[in-house]
Amino acid sequence: MTATTPSSTAPHPRPGPALRAALLRRWGRALVGMPPYAWLLLFFLIPFLIVLKISFSEPQAAIPPYVPLFSWAGDQILQIRLNLGNYGYLFSDELYVAAYLNSLKIAGISTVFCLLIGYPMAYAIARAPKTVRNPLLMLVVLPFWTSFLIRVYAWMGILKNEGLLNSFLLWTGIIHAPLQMLETDFAVYVGIVYSYLPFMILPLYATLEKMDLSLLEAAADLGCRPFRAFLNVTLPLSIPGMVAGSMLVFIPAVGEFVIPDLLGGPDTLMIGKVLWSEFFDNRDWPAASAVAVAMLVLLVAPIMVFQHYQNKTSEAGR
Amino acid sequence: MRNRVIALYTALGLGYAFLYLPIVLLVIYSFNASRLVTVWGGFSTKWYGELAGDEKILNAAWLSLKVAVMNATLSTFLGTLAAVVLVRFRRFPGRTLFTGMITAPLVMPEIITGLAMLLLFVSMELTFGWPEGRSITTIVIAHVTFSLSFVTVIVQSRLAQMDISLEEAAMDLGARPAKVFLVITLPIIAPALLAGWLLSFTLSVDDVVISSFVTGPASTTLPIVIFSKVRLGVSPEVNALASIVVAIVSVGIVIFGIVTQRQERERQRSATAAAEDHAVEDHAAGHPRRGPARM
Amino acid sequence: MALPSAKPQVFAPWNDPEAKPLIRIEGVSKSFGDFHAVNKVDLDIYPGEFFSLLGASGCGKTTLLRMLAGFETPTEGRISIDGVDMTSIPPYERPINMMFQSYALFPHMTVAQNVAFGLKQDRVPKRLIGNKVREVLDLVQMSRFAERKPQQLSGGQRQRVALARCLAKEPKVLLLDEPLAALDKKLREQTQLELVNIQDRVGITFVMVTHDQEEAMTMSARIGVMNAGSIEQIGTPVEIYEYPTTTFVADFIGTANMFDGVVSLEEQNRTVVDCSELETQLTVGHASGVAVGAPVTVMVRPEKMTVQREKPDPRINCVHGVVSDIAYLGDISIYHVRLESGRKVQVALTNLRHTSEQRLTWDDEVYLTWHPANSLVLVQ
Repeated sequence: MTATTPSSTAPHPRPGPALRAALLRRWGRALVGMPPYAWLLLFFLIPFLIVLKISFSEPQAAIPPYVPLFSWAGDQILQIRLNLGNYGYLFSDELYVAAYLNSLKIAGISTVFCLLIGYPMAYAIARAPKTVRNPLLMLVVLPFWTSFLIRVYAWMGILKNEGLLNSFLLWTGIIHAPLQMLETDFAVYVGIVYSYLPFMILPLYATLEKMDLSLLEAAADLGCRPFRAFLNVTLPLSIPGMVAGSMLVFIPAVGEFVIPDLLGGPDTLMIGKVLWSEFFDNRDWPAASAVAVAMLVLLVAPIMVFQHYQNKTSEAGR
Repeated sequence: MRNRVIALYTALGLGYAFLYLPIVLLVIYSFNASRLVTVWGGFSTKWYGELAGDEKILNAAWLSLKVAVMNATLSTFLGTLAAVVLVRFRRFPGRTLFTGMITAPLVMPEIITGLAMLLLFVSMELTFGWPEGRSITTIVIAHVTFSLSFVTVIVQSRLAQMDISLEEAAMDLGARPAKVFLVITLPIIAPALLAGWLLSFTLSVDDVVISSFVTGPASTTLPIVIFSKVRLGVSPEVNALASIVVAIVSVGIVIFGIVTQRQERERQRSATAAAEDHAVEDHAAGHPRRGPARM
Repeated sequence: MALPSAKPQVFAPWNDPEAKPLIRIEGVSKSFGDFHAVNKVDLDIYPGEFFSLLGASGCGKTTLLRMLAGFETPTEGRISIDGVDMTSIPPYERPINMMFQSYALFPHMTVAQNVAFGLKQDRVPKRLIGNKVREVLDLVQMSRFAERKPQQLSGGQRQRVALARCLAKEPKVLLLDEPLAALDKKLREQTQLELVNIQDRVGITFVMVTHDQEEAMTMSARIGVMNAGSIEQIGTPVEIYEYPTTTFVADFIGTANMFDGVVSLEEQNRTVVDCSELETQLTVGHASGVAVGAPVTVMVRPEKMTVQREKPDPRINCVHGVVSDIAYLGDISIYHVRLESGRKVQVALTNLRHTSEQRLTWDDEVYLTWHPANSLVLVQ
């Protein structure tokens, strides 16, 4: 309300219905927005600040197993003990550096494989007759609804030395001695690609399905052969879907714990495993926090890319 | 042209085989009489029988179910509110932070979320004395925190598609904003709410990493039990347990599929009815003037 | 035909200084950031009137309508209804109902429930609601569809239900946002007259927004022509077609041939304009109200011109050219005549006979003339 409105310059004996409605509207909005906002602030944002704080403190054998960062010294003086040792450790110990690099490598290669397998599938579904598209897509999503843990476990039975795949290969005579597949990086790749494939296909399908097919007809009309039309029209237009799908696979895969723990071997170094063992086996909470902070720093850029895409699609949905 | 279609469908077929074969094999081998998981020793259901007597697993399953229902309900409530905020309130202080906090949990590695939640609970207990230890409460809070983002995304897209003039019309006809939401908006976005509820239920039942951080000794969820068994290697009991989970999920999905299919058929039927009426109306419109309406 | 003495019975409260307007819009503006959607609009609408806001898309007509409904708050100015200031009363407390372009029928409710919705909000007793619903559904001939869902209706039926839903609340004012845009042409023409009949019967004031000038002219008592957020002219269909006050209105409503010139002679009921482009003088049958030497535009409608092959005498308002294009529309034909200056003029002739030996064809040399009373001076 601005003072230029003639009605508002006129004296109001008591709050009129207009003012009441405006107040109601404002309070109503606050009432709607407050619960999720407060929830996320308290349970999502603040925890990260706490992780950051604890990553600077020293471990001790107590409950909780760290020295408070801020403490009241005897005469009411606030003492801050900032300990950078946890981070120094991260960079000096080759184990950590190798774990980070290996996580990035495994997540990256898995993402590429997801893209290579997922793209043709998404493309085939998007170009299938309209009536079967939804059932086909449903079939992609369906395994996602069954337990993730169980799906990873299923591969253990397949990849073991005396597992189904080895039995099959021995039976066909391709190999004569069982291959070591479980407890290798190969098994981790299989597990990640298998578990995260739906996340790649869904955004890819969304962009491919939206695409105006008359663009391809126009390209053909202008003398472009189908494969070139795919390279020059379809592929560039599906880049947003590829980016979104890749981020949905890459980011969680970097921090993956269950898959390397179950399918990988003792020398499969991944940062999620390191964090887990720092926390549960060594009970070194500050070190675990420092590992988490370093992982977040690594993931900030991909997360921003993902958010940018996500916001764009939700704006477009308007 | 023909070859390309064949190639595409082959890729699709192989992809589905990749997705489904492991699960199918798992279910088949759960009926294996032999303890050696890979050697077929005849058909048997004895592993299922052993499960039925396993107190620990049954307790864990019951706890998981409780957590999942509470999580799904609370996440759907909060996620729907968040979606309304994002779609209907164009500008408000802290919008960027809010959207960030909604999208980040979608991709955040579980292990980071788990650690962060635990440290929060420990700090809160030190400062306020609440929550006392780790229990079902802390598990539900942690699950809601990451589930609500998924609900928000689902409801948000449905809400954005909804014709805003429906809400305006209701307001124009005399309904106050809160009533408009309850009587008009909510019924229209209800399918998205259901989908969000089911998804957050599944996410909760499925979660092992975050639960491992925020759980206490007295509250073990089913995935934690399965995980500790699985870490010891492949066993027929776990196969049986996994098959039951797969069966329950499949039944749920089939029911969901039938319901949505029926709704779809209903919708199509009414669409054809409208088309027929339209033809009649066109015919009537051919005459320049119909008789005046009677009062 | 009506005798002059019957004139006072014609519905024209806007000519009666005693009449009280139902809707009063005073100096209303609406800006979205730097964009001025509506700019200082003043408008009075009288009880029982069928008023149309006509304009191209983006001219601010819908924003003005939404301010009447209460979905937008004016940045400046005030809107009152029946003397009560409405400027910031929320939509659900206004005695106004709106029919949306998309009809906005609630998809999860039957036709009857949709119509009853507004009455329920007012806590009308159940029995009365039932009666009222039946009554308005009868009025729009939709009674036999009462139990259907909106998805099971055709476009025309939805439009009727949307109308019934608004009428059920017996509002003081009914707003219609492009009510017929979703219908195909034949059905639209039929529905136009039906809407007018219904309005006549229920006596509610209708305010309609449309971009279709034929629709506005068929249905309305008065039309407000909008351009870039302002109302250019308010008048009856005859007034805005025959006596447009600005070149925008003349051009927007129908087709207009316009010639720029300067006033060379100004008399009580005659203006002579020097038109350098035509190298001749044009005579118009009314006073322009501006001084000699002022720049003006002379406007002639295509159907007001006569065409002949021979040079007329005396040569008042006569221009000479060659037929360059012919558009045969069935009932009439439009001839595009290129003048010596290169400028094209449109002439409309009614096709009175099946075949005409007199019919003009391409490259015919013709003279166009018109009576001074059939042209207009527009001051720039």
